[in-house]
Amino acid sequence: MTATTTTDAAVRTYRDYDRPLWQRVLLTREMAIIALLLIVALIAIPTVRGFSQPITLTFLLLDVMPILLIALPMTLIIITGEIDLSVASIAGLASVLTGVMTQAGVPFELAAVLAIVAGAIGGAINGFLITVVGLPSLAVTIGTLALYRGLAVGLLGTTAITDFPEFWTDLAKARVGGSNIPVVLFLFLVLLLVFVVLLHFTPFGRGIYAIGLASEAARFSGVRVERTKFILFMLSGTISALAGIYYTLRYGSARGDNATGLELQVIAAVLLGGVSIFGGRGAIHGVIAGVLLIGVLASALRLANVTSDVINIITGVLLVLSVVTSSFLAWLRKRRRAPGGTPRVEASTAG
Amino acid sequence: MFHNKRRAGALTALAAAAALVLAGCAVDSGSGGTGGTEGGGSDNLAITFLPKNLGNPYFDTSSAGAKEAIDEFGGTFAEVGPAEATPDSQVSYINTLTQQGVGAIAVSANDPEAICDALNEARDAGVKVVTFDSDTNPECRDLFINQATAEGIAKVQIDLIADQIGDAGEIAILSASANATNQNAWIELMKKELENHPNITLVDTVYGDDDDQTSFDKTAALLQTHPNLKGIISPTTVGIAAAARYLSTSEYKGKVALTGLGTPNQMREYVEDGTVTAFALWNPADLGYLTAYAAKALIEGTITGEEGDSFEAGKLGDYEVGADGTVLLGDPYVFDADNIGDFDF
Repeated sequence: MTATTTTDAAVRTYRDYDRPLWQRVLLTREMAIIALLLIVALIAIPTVRGFSQPITLTFLLLDVMPILLIALPMTLIIITGEIDLSVASIAGLASVLTGVMTQAGVPFELAAVLAIVAGAIGGAINGFLITVVGLPSLAVTIGTLALYRGLAVGLLGTTAITDFPEFWTDLAKARVGGSNIPVVLFLFLVLLLVFVVLLHFTPFGRGIYAIGLASEAARFSGVRVERTKFILFMLSGTISALAGIYYTLRYGSARGDNATGLELQVIAAVLLGGVSIFGGRGAIHGVIAGVLLIGVLASALRLANVTSDVINIITGVLLVLSVVTSSFLAWLRKRRRAPGGTPRVEASTAG
Repeated sequence: MFHNKRRAGALTALAAAAALVLAGCAVDSGSGGTGGTEGGGSDNLAITFLPKNLGNPYFDTSSAGAKEAIDEFGGTFAEVGPAEATPDSQVSYINTLTQQGVGAIAVSANDPEAICDALNEARDAGVKVVTFDSDTNPECRDLFINQATAEGIAKVQIDLIADQIGDAGEIAILSASANATNQNAWIELMKKELENHPNITLVDTVYGDDDDQTSFDKTAALLQTHPNLKGIISPTTVGIAAAARYLSTSEYKGKVALTGLGTPNQMREYVEDGTVTAFALWNPADLGYLTAYAAKALIEGTITGEEGDSFEAGKLGDYEVGADGTVLLGDPYVFDADNIGDFDF
């Protein structure tokens, strides 16, 4: 193994292969975030009163579930170098649609499916404007952020719909048997599996990285850039609508302002999890750790009676630090690479 | 070399973040201890107030009253809350308080339904739940401390505006957010009360979202849209102060009457300069004070929240639990130029 990688490194300058396997796996941004998550949890367990109770895990998972769900498609979108700011508004719209239809006598299950379809359509509108019309995703989704939220608030006006079948509202909070694992976690795990396979083990997923690294090169290598992006935005709309329905059931209330501001929490967690905002880099396990890190921090600090402003400050500083570190490392890498033609081997021997 | 740098960078980030976490923990381990369950069981007089949001002078005053009461009977006072008045953020705090095992939670609900399950989980864990100022559904709490009956509040505001505009003309309402439980109930009742005043027409209801600047702008827009407006009712402390600030510097000062629910300290300036003749409110400090004593009675098991239960509330005297587990603080109080000097909250 070592012998082959060394000879390879001499020929190829692909940076990952001049290091042994364990280094390639462990010395990554994703692992740094996972380690940080473990450190925070290990510090919190003995020092924060009440944190070590098993119920903490239940509340934590229920709280971060919408963020976890939406983070899956968001990761893929950000890896292509695009962004979707309309996710929280789609979640709000799906929440309201479910509520309005249920109130009008449509069975809840059908209403939920229709709301998810509406979410997919909302995502498809984003995708159409970005890939067919060719507008930047930032501008398009800022627009649809306002548009979908406006529709949600407009549809329901000033009221909240709270009459949902108890079976479903209970299911949203139910735990497996006598344990502290929420049932809804399994929905997430299924989706997680789908997204991990999609991103890391299919040509479609490798195409996503190729688009993020160099869109034109990807196109000439046969990656269908527009189609890929369109599918991703549609997926994002669908999952956001699903998260919106979960949100409705968890709080038992369909309101126009449900999930307001969730998009920023999702994007913050994705970036914290090691996905580059410029595209081309990131992995799902890092993102999951990023979401959980923000959740664990907030949970521990709340238990320790730290006010919400301080929690926001700490989360913000953490995010800025993580982005700064990755930019700094990229700059270092570039500087190291720039002067000579093949600095990689020298660097390795020097190190 | 390169990956050493990279590792160093990762470690730096780790260390920095861990330091932040440690700092956070260091801040709180002290206060976390005081909020503890030292007494245990029914002697656990750790009462935590969870207002709609922090940094709101109204809730600062009610919490001050609560602290006074809790200091009197030797319990532990704490206040937590979200920065923004949203129901989902209150749920996180209720869950946290359940985990901490406080004796009682006193909450002003941002949504009557959304925080219900979290409150019921807290009650299952033995935490007493008292709502104050803004209620949840009755099955989610042990007691609701009502600041005044909705009918009383609606009536006093209509009486005040009728008196100030000579019982005839166009009026408008500047409310809080469109979802606010209290304000919507009062507005409905005010409309009913207006049936006794046939010459007064309610021409518009606008929402300032309990935000000073929004309320200020909505006041300006109201006066533009309805040139014949003779009076404004603002049943929210943020709204009435913002409206008074607009009126006092505009040509409408003294011509358009303003009343509603306000606090003396916010309104003093405008009562003294003649912008506002009279406004109403209860005393939020008394509300917090009564809420704290009700929580104490529940924790100690003196009362269970049944109709007819009665408990003692320090300087305020004795109170009885009414229908639906509700305790009424008293009649609204009218503040005007003659008595405003006696109050400081």
